[in-house]
Amino acid sequence: MDALILTVMTLLKIVAVLVPLILCVAYLTLAERKVIGSMQVRVGPNRVGFKGLGQPFADVFKLMFKEVIIPTNSSKFLFLTAPILSLAPAVAAWAVIPFADGWAISDANAGLLYVLAMTSIGVYGVIIAGWASNSKYAFLGAMRSAAQIVAYEIAMGFALIGVLMMSGSLNLGDIVRAQSGGFFNWYLFPLFPLAIVYFISGVAETNRAPFDVAEGESEIVAGFHVDYSGMAFALFFLAEYANMIMIAALAAILFLGGWMSPIDGFGDGIHWFLIKTAAMLFIFLWLRATFPRYRYDQIMRLGWKVFIPVTIVWIAVVGFAIYFEVGPWFSSVRGAG
Amino acid sequence: MTGQISKYIKSFTLWELLKGMSLTGKYFVSGNITIQYPEEKTPQSHRFRGLHALRRYANGEERCIACKLCEAVCPALAITIDSEQRDDGSRRTTRYDIDLFKCIFCGFCEEACPVDSIVETRIFEYHFENRGEQIMTKDKLLAIGDKYEAQIAADRAADSAFR
Repeated sequence: MDALILTVMTLLKIVAVLVPLILCVAYLTLAERKVIGSMQVRVGPNRVGFKGLGQPFADVFKLMFKEVIIPTNSSKFLFLTAPILSLAPAVAAWAVIPFADGWAISDANAGLLYVLAMTSIGVYGVIIAGWASNSKYAFLGAMRSAAQIVAYEIAMGFALIGVLMMSGSLNLGDIVRAQSGGFFNWYLFPLFPLAIVYFISGVAETNRAPFDVAEGESEIVAGFHVDYSGMAFALFFLAEYANMIMIAALAAILFLGGWMSPIDGFGDGIHWFLIKTAAMLFIFLWLRATFPRYRYDQIMRLGWKVFIPVTIVWIAVVGFAIYFEVGPWFSSVRGAG
Repeated sequence: MTGQISKYIKSFTLWELLKGMSLTGKYFVSGNITIQYPEEKTPQSHRFRGLHALRRYANGEERCIACKLCEAVCPALAITIDSEQRDDGSRRTTRYDIDLFKCIFCGFCEEACPVDSIVETRIFEYHFENRGEQIMTKDKLLAIGDKYEAQIAADRAADSAFR
């Protein structure tokens, strides 16, 4: 009986997270078009519903009614598995995200590791999609994406090690609680270079502009999902945007104090988490509206020759600072850890 | 040496990137300039050269005297005119066709006309649904002239000081 209640409760929690998440994805696509439009001094979609607010639903219904075309020479099973493989981890990673104090589906102790693992698995969807399509453009896109994600995953992992050293925990809730006491205690300040590296790596991980060589419309048509149509395509889209929100939420949790208010004890709660995530997402869109796509060798250079050395150096700096109990941020870490 | 150092400082502080982002950020808050076309329209000059029209005098007599100056000046050979003598002895057109597929809307016909008969109006939103409809016949041109005479006359009056 207890097991049954637990199952039902967990399922309800999953629904309570997933439905808003999918709505957020839908409206993120609209926000993206509106924000980029505004930066290009035009209005963006405004015909469906009030001020264009119905646009995401119009898009979804259009995609649902379109045929999923399966290329003759493709590997049919893998072709249809790939979108699911890319969406499932993007959604599953939300299991450990603490929306407010104690508000997580699973308060896992290895939460950070779990999130890293889930975001890494997402690349299989891309690779398999590119391979199963049996098309050279899709294959090229998949190869680019794989190499890029491997490169930036390392920088991202290193950036997170700094957070780990400061908080002494892999539990995302504990990491947020370690940043309590106003915005001055957020890890953004002691770990500033790591926060920047983490965010840029996150942009690269999600294959977003300016690191969107996996799609590269001007070079390889649309990259790995060139042969996908209808709902299969929509799933890739959903996964990409869910990942984007994920990276933004993680940035809010790891570096911006999650649900903590900027002023100590001044109304902590889920709204701060949402505001911080939205601000991070806005930066995603801002980047896309501003920068042209990187050349592929520049991406590789940035990942391997800039980000990884920078993160290693800063981890060493943080290590020394913690050991010698330096200045406002690092003095209390040793005892607490 | 100092050049190298300043280059490194610039790239590690993301200087150029932040400059780019501040530019897009400025445009983000600057407001949009889009005109929502069917609902909103940009202002038009009274010299706008759109669809053609043939005008009449106030007494209802058509202005065109079939002098064929417009036909002669038309660089695209879009105008075709036939004429004959009417019972009262005046010369009038029996056929006045403008092929809108050939017309380049240069306004030379309007300038050549000694009696201000052929004019170009402000109308620019029109379409054809069948082959042959692009030939504007005399009847069609006169009908447009009759319908928009007030606007046409006002536009000529506004421009009269410069002619």
